[in-house]
Amino acid sequence: MIDAVGNPQSLLLLGGTSEIGLAIVDRFAGQRPLRVVLAARPSERLDEAAERLRAKGCTVSTLAFDARRPETHEEVVGKAFSDGDIDVTVVAFGVLGEAERAWQDVEHARELAEVNFVAPVTVGVALANRLRQQGHGAVVALSSVAGERVRRSNFVYGSTKAGIDGFYLGLGEALKPHGVQVTVVRPGFVHTKMTKGMKAAPLAAQPEQVAEIAVTAVRRRQDLVWAPGAWRFVMSVLRHIPRAIFRKLPI
Amino acid sequence: MPEKLGRLTGWGRTAPTTARILERADRAELADVVRAADGRGVIPRGLGRSYGDASQNAGGLVLDMTAFDQIHHVDTETGIVTVDAGVSLDKLMRQMLPHGLWIPVLPGTRQVTIGGAIAADIHGKNHHVEGSFCNHVLAIELLTADGEIRTVTPDGPGSELFWATAGGMGLTGVVLRATVQLKSVESAYFLVDTERTRDLDDLMSRLMDNDDQYTYSVAWFDAASTGAKMGRAVLTRGWSAKLDDLPAKLRNDPLKFNAPQLATVPPVFPSGLLNKLTVSAFNEVWYRKAPKERRGEVQNITQFFHPLDIVGEWNRVYGPRGFLQYQYAVPYGAEDTVRKSMEIISSGGAVSFLNVLKRFGAANGGPLSFPMPGWTLAVDIPITDDLGPLLDKLDQLVLEAGGRLYLAKDSRLTADAFRSMYPRLAEWQKVRDAVDPRGVFNSDLSRRLML
Repeated sequence: MIDAVGNPQSLLLLGGTSEIGLAIVDRFAGQRPLRVVLAARPSERLDEAAERLRAKGCTVSTLAFDARRPETHEEVVGKAFSDGDIDVTVVAFGVLGEAERAWQDVEHARELAEVNFVAPVTVGVALANRLRQQGHGAVVALSSVAGERVRRSNFVYGSTKAGIDGFYLGLGEALKPHGVQVTVVRPGFVHTKMTKGMKAAPLAAQPEQVAEIAVTAVRRRQDLVWAPGAWRFVMSVLRHIPRAIFRKLPI
Repeated sequence: MPEKLGRLTGWGRTAPTTARILERADRAELADVVRAADGRGVIPRGLGRSYGDASQNAGGLVLDMTAFDQIHHVDTETGIVTVDAGVSLDKLMRQMLPHGLWIPVLPGTRQVTIGGAIAADIHGKNHHVEGSFCNHVLAIELLTADGEIRTVTPDGPGSELFWATAGGMGLTGVVLRATVQLKSVESAYFLVDTERTRDLDDLMSRLMDNDDQYTYSVAWFDAASTGAKMGRAVLTRGWSAKLDDLPAKLRNDPLKFNAPQLATVPPVFPSGLLNKLTVSAFNEVWYRKAPKERRGEVQNITQFFHPLDIVGEWNRVYGPRGFLQYQYAVPYGAEDTVRKSMEIISSGGAVSFLNVLKRFGAANGGPLSFPMPGWTLAVDIPITDDLGPLLDKLDQLVLEAGGRLYLAKDSRLTADAFRSMYPRLAEWQKVRDAVDPRGVFNSDLSRRLML
């Protein structure tokens, strides 16, 4: 159960090696150790993450999860709930891809679409079924400001994020009567392995900052937050710029 | 049977979850749903005045017991009444006063049911002399997990189950009916002594001095002042007024139910309205408005018992994020813990205006019953981002002093801390496992505390 001040007892991280995802787990565990299920493709990095959380007093299990095999997702989610209620689920997996290759190479485009959109949807529906049965819970979906207004410079990635954003906002509305809170988090540029080597954009953040914002949003039962918060105002300006001008902006 | 999906919270309006709510069932239907319960289980609910998650059951079934509201038998000679679990203390008081009968234990509100009063083993301002609610219960009719109805008594057959139910938070079964020993009174008024104390030492020494002379005793303390003024308080203590104590104009109708409610708070208050500034001002005014010393004042029920009931739905002033009550008990000798906790509360980010300190008397036989001989302190605090760590620190202090938190108010304790606070838990668990081997009775609280 999530208590009155927003402490969960259990957490499922889909994308068990995601830096932002793990930073969210750390943030919750920093206040009270909890039971954690890390779902990802088996790897050394996954085992290391599990070990590190155990050292913090968490009870950790790992679960094999491949975002590109949607036919397995219902079973994976079922396994994650087999040890009891899951209070918080973080949907943190995703790929950035190479923007120019992604709109010219069918296979690469498909990878982005499957990992960033198809999988969050199949996982989301399987999750929703479980959460409706348990009558409580919180879901954090990591979206992106890139999905709020899709730009020429990374429109394949942006369009997948527009998809996940819309899906989880809608899922949140659908699950509200069932006691489930969905929080969509829209980060901007975050310094992670996914963006390593890229030139940092304005308002760049560390994973810990995004995690702090996400955790506070769960505690406050908010539907939508930006990370950092200033993105909300930047995006509300960008959203309203006429297409003819938007196209010419160096973004 | 009318069953609907509903979002429920406790009185603090925190941590909402969704359950199927069963309303207006009869006894046979209740027995059927208990027998047929699935893995999410069943929990009864009264008027929802527990602050936390005690009468919520996410994904399961919640039995709305308020339709069981009959008073079945009253013996005006002995003061023994048999009532349904869903009867509120408010209703019982209104109906019993004309007979000169008084409810022996009253908490800060009359809007609780008999079932809830037993499940939380509630206490009032007279605990130091008269104990908690279940001390005055003579028998309980309990619907258990097997669908049977058992009658249990405090020292006859089924006494173990009786005491596991006293303070058992509804987890041993559904209280259907109870037989309660009422007190006889000459009036519905109170004779009250009010004193203002300079600081915490002054308050505690006055309480130690002569508390036992009074039937009722409670201190409101200023939780915003720090330093020398910390713990300054308004101490109100009194007795049920005798006919001769009343002024002539009240003597004509001494048993009149005199408990006014003025208004209901509309649901429009934003979170954060009660902040450090407004609450400090409130604390100052509340302290100042009390007389330095006044003896033998006649007060009515609302003035003396339920100053909060004068406004209905007052929990709404805390806004949508809600609030919590933090109430602990520590044994005598832990005065230092009381001081330290007050320091943490008044100097920390927390703001509170319902701040109560009182002495508890002897505990009863309930392994999960809250009161223990010593001090109890209660504050109510709106939920803010940094409240969690502050209260975790207080838990630690209370634990180290051998104290405990009150489950009817708790909404955030960990399973580990709870286990250390209630050393007789294993005893309770044994009775519960025997009477409910399938684990039919579940609540959000039982899941949180891993009961």
